[in-house]
Amino acid sequence: MTAIWEGIKQAFVLLVGGDPEVMQITLLSLQISGFATLLSLAIGLPLGTLLALGRFPTRKFWVSLINTGMALPPVVVGLVVSLILWRSGPLGILRMMYTVNAIVVAQLVIATPVVTGLTVSALQSLDPRLQLQLLGLGASRLQMVTAMWREARLPLLAALMAGFGAVISEVGASMMVGGNLLHHTRVLTTAIVLSTSQGDWADGIALSVILLLLAYAVNLVLTWVQQRSAQH
Amino acid sequence: MPPILEIHDLLVERNRRPVLEVPHLDVLEHETLAVIGPNGAGKTTLLLALSRLLRPARGEIRFRGRPLTAQGELAYRRRLGMVLQHPLLLDLSVFDNVATGLRFRGRPAQHVNVQVETWLEKLGVAHLRRRRARSLSGGEAQRVSLARAFALEPDILMLDEPFGALDAPTRARLLEDFHSLLNTTHITTIFVTHDMDEAFLLGERVAVLLAGRLRQVGSPEAVFNAPADPDIAALVGVETVIPGKVTGPASPSSEAPGGDQLLLIEAGQFQFEAVGQASPGRPVLLCLRPEAVALWADNAGVPLPADQTGGRTSIRNRLRGTIRQLTPQGPLMRVVIDCGFPVVALITRLSAQEMELRPGQPVGASFKATAVHLIPR
Repeated sequence: MTAIWEGIKQAFVLLVGGDPEVMQITLLSLQISGFATLLSLAIGLPLGTLLALGRFPTRKFWVSLINTGMALPPVVVGLVVSLILWRSGPLGILRMMYTVNAIVVAQLVIATPVVTGLTVSALQSLDPRLQLQLLGLGASRLQMVTAMWREARLPLLAALMAGFGAVISEVGASMMVGGNLLHHTRVLTTAIVLSTSQGDWADGIALSVILLLLAYAVNLVLTWVQQRSAQH
Repeated sequence: MPPILEIHDLLVERNRRPVLEVPHLDVLEHETLAVIGPNGAGKTTLLLALSRLLRPARGEIRFRGRPLTAQGELAYRRRLGMVLQHPLLLDLSVFDNVATGLRFRGRPAQHVNVQVETWLEKLGVAHLRRRRARSLSGGEAQRVSLARAFALEPDILMLDEPFGALDAPTRARLLEDFHSLLNTTHITTIFVTHDMDEAFLLGERVAVLLAGRLRQVGSPEAVFNAPADPDIAALVGVETVIPGKVTGPASPSSEAPGGDQLLLIEAGQFQFEAVGQASPGRPVLLCLRPEAVALWADNAGVPLPADQTGGRTSIRNRLRGTIRQLTPQGPLMRVVIDCGFPVVALITRLSAQEMELRPGQPVGASFKATAVHLIPR
């Protein structure tokens, strides 16, 4: 109990005191996870739309694959991405292993199925006749899709939140492909694992509090946007 | 009037089974074509195929004489306005909903404003322009949906049972307004409904779809009074169908204008007179609408109406039977009479009360020769 209390006090000191190392780790976590989430949105939104509205023979197979991907264990993703980016791997030539880019790639693999799967479900929850009505009003395919995104904006924002939540909190993949290198690839989750493994409980708890606050702050903004949209 | 749409040999399949077949249908410029049929007859499928929202397996659709192509699909759809049974408004304000189609077409903001305000006003929902669409009642939402379609000033308006989901008073008011808008705008309209009253009120021509096949096209009077076959007769409310045989003309000089004759028809123990065209010996079906049948209480000793009027009545067909069933239908009473075959009449409730009608009671039924429609068997 004392350790927890000490940890919370330590977090307060680190936050208020603006500890440069903690600030750098926090900012890096936000940048990596934010960028990975935006990339996953860029891939998952069109892909999810294709799977939700498209009519092609293997559609159900791909949807089931995406749904399975939503539960991908980060360590498995870390392992696969490591094998691909390793010096002797198929993309070893890119020399990305133990870099921020490698973590972004791993997090992208984790977040994309989440965003895609929830996009499919968000668009399929709309009235199926809406597509016909929009086309009947003279919408082009692109206009029809954007109108449907606007209609499904609340669950789509939830997809974005879920994607960010999945990557900001994962540790296995970041540890394996990033290596937890101080000032280079150390993010909040890997820093927490390191502190805990070294018996530095107070630092671990402090970083956990910061991680929770960060996740809360991002989701607070997204929730505010979502609920504002729901009320109007 | 030239056709705006020509449909040739149209076939739509679902899971490789035909669900709609239209050998030929023209939609004339400025007309209102009502498409009627029971549920599952293919009415909505026809509308979707005509608006190119559904690819037919075969056939050609010509718009103003030119065949529709995949390349010209979007341009063609932008000449149409579409209203579905459920309004399906977007989660936007009423104004933005009506503006949606115009914005899809890239119309300038000033034009959008004028069109939206004009049509909100005409549909009586201008006061709702700032309201969110999801807060509207069913009737209000359907008015907004109609305003959204009219605001596009389409070449063809396509409506899929737009009043089907409304309560009776709302439906009656909206139907009246819609009818008057069609009369003032003269927009070519294809109107799908299974409500015969709507089809009769709005349709300048009526097309009948049954089990995915176009079975009859004609004026409302032609379809409702002279259905082409017994299935259509049942759909349009012809409840009495009596099999019989033409025995000959009622008199040698009985020819009427248009080649029709006053014919004698034998049906069981009865002989009827009907106006039509059929050669002697031809088996026919006598079709009668229930509102064409008059009833009187068949009390012992009371003579038939023709005798009461000294033979000066135009009613030429009389028969006797017993009441099998009485069913109230709003202010009317549906009476099924057993005359050896069922004859159905529709009379006012007041008349039924005055005659003290009850099941098992003997009654007389009569109808004019001109009220009979003959379908060759």
